[in-house]
Amino acid sequence: MKLDVNGLVVDVTAEPTTPLLYVLRDELGLNAAKFGCGLGQCGACTVLADGEAIFSCLTPISVLEGRRIRTVEGLGTAQKPGPMQRAFIDMQAAQCGYCIPGMMVRAQALLERKPDASEADIRGALQPNLCRCGTHMRIVRAAVRAGELMRGKS
Amino acid sequence: MLSGFSGCAAQRAIAPAAAPQTFPHELIAKGAELAHLGNCLGCHTAEGGKPYAGGTPIQTPFGTVYGTNITPDADTGIGGWPLEAFTRAMREGVDRSGRHLYPAFPYDHFTKATDDDIAALFAFIMTREPVKQENRRNTVPIPRTFLGFWKSRYLKTGVYRPDAGHDAQWNRGAYLVQGLGHCGACHTPRNKLGAEKHDSAFAGGEAEGWHAPALNAASPSPVPWTPEALHTYLRTGIADLHAATAGPMAEVVHDLSQASDADIAAIARYIASLDTRSEADRARARDAALERARSALAMRGQAVYDGACADCHNRGRAEQGGALPLPLGTALTMPTPRNLIQIIRDGIVPPDGERGAWMPAFKGMLTDEQLTDLLSYLRALTGQPAWTDVAGEVRKISRGDQ
Repeated sequence: MKLDVNGLVVDVTAEPTTPLLYVLRDELGLNAAKFGCGLGQCGACTVLADGEAIFSCLTPISVLEGRRIRTVEGLGTAQKPGPMQRAFIDMQAAQCGYCIPGMMVRAQALLERKPDASEADIRGALQPNLCRCGTHMRIVRAAVRAGELMRGKS
Repeated sequence: MLSGFSGCAAQRAIAPAAAPQTFPHELIAKGAELAHLGNCLGCHTAEGGKPYAGGTPIQTPFGTVYGTNITPDADTGIGGWPLEAFTRAMREGVDRSGRHLYPAFPYDHFTKATDDDIAALFAFIMTREPVKQENRRNTVPIPRTFLGFWKSRYLKTGVYRPDAGHDAQWNRGAYLVQGLGHCGACHTPRNKLGAEKHDSAFAGGEAEGWHAPALNAASPSPVPWTPEALHTYLRTGIADLHAATAGPMAEVVHDLSQASDADIAAIARYIASLDTRSEADRARARDAALERARSALAMRGQAVYDGACADCHNRGRAEQGGALPLPLGTALTMPTPRNLIQIIRDGIVPPDGERGAWMPAFKGMLTDEQLTDLLSYLRALTGQPAWTDVAGEVRKISRGDQ
């Protein structure tokens, strides 16, 4: 079947019940989204489908035909980072980094839906994503900063 | 005319028509419609062959009969046949020279056609392009003389007689179905000698390796036919809640495209009346079929379940990360899908910082349609009747969310 990932329509050969996460990582080489719990409890696998944050470890590709999937790789490049990536670099929000791609895309979904999201909104939205090495404060700061960058504040 | 039936002897020959025959245009047009109603092409045109020049193999339990050349070619077709000979062939199954015709040619039906209709058919056939093409020899080992005996037992001649118990439309339908349409040739079972069993008329028969389904109360159609559905089916080859035409019937419907809407309506009306089950029985059969269809549709939801839910819910709570096997879920057996929609969309999330049962939110992951499929599937697992308007409930809740 065909999947639209980061603006490219790609043919994938995996079984329809295969979780998107495996297809992203194993078939498409997009390694930003991580396998954490496989149960939708940690958020490390979070990606965007039509602008909504979804757990890619729980989402069979069969339900994604014709929908726009985005991962951190689609938010910018190392050379030309997007505002979310820029903010996370600026705030040095990653420690081990395992949860960061999930945090970034979930914050991205919020800011696209609500460009003037407050810090409280951000904390509420990021609630499903866990970080266990303790950079929560930096992550929240980075998301707030990303909002500023998106609103054109330098 | 009918006296010749008693013996096995062939009939007298009829002299060829003296002069080439011409016909009024309206008569030819009427004949064209009737020829299509009778699907003459089906047997009298070989694949890739000239129209009505014959050569189509018709497999029978007795051997292969080849459709004959009925173009007006004088040497190899029926050119020179006068109307009298054509009428005799249609009504008694005898060719111009007096030979019996095999009943693969359904004269047991055509015998019911009126003089006017036979004359119209004749006008149409005699104005086709003459094609010189020799008839192929049949492989039926039964001598033609035996056919006299067969006819004496199984051929009931006589034009269709209207049934005063029914109105004109029904009678028109009966006339076409029993006569030129020869529907029973396929839809009625035959006995060992190849004759239709009149005591089980329209109880289902055979056609070119296909089963021609019963049209009477034994109809296997999951949703019983109505005159309206049959009308659409015969007109277009496909009707709501019914399978599309296939095999020999597809060809019949193709031919019926040339018939008038009034005739199709009449045929539909008559055929629907063959199903003599009570309205209550028919309604029950329809409802049960629709219920089964809903369950089958729910199988689409199974694909969603297998991908999104099975990992936890097939494990059971005894295992780490496992969740309740869903047929045990109360939200599935309630009279409304509302709770299940809420749970799947929003998950089960304990208050901030507290412990509690937990399930991820699937909002955003599943489209409204996918959620609808999933809900129908889960409901089917419980064995309870399907929820009504699941899609509407999903829409209501997802709209309220935006």
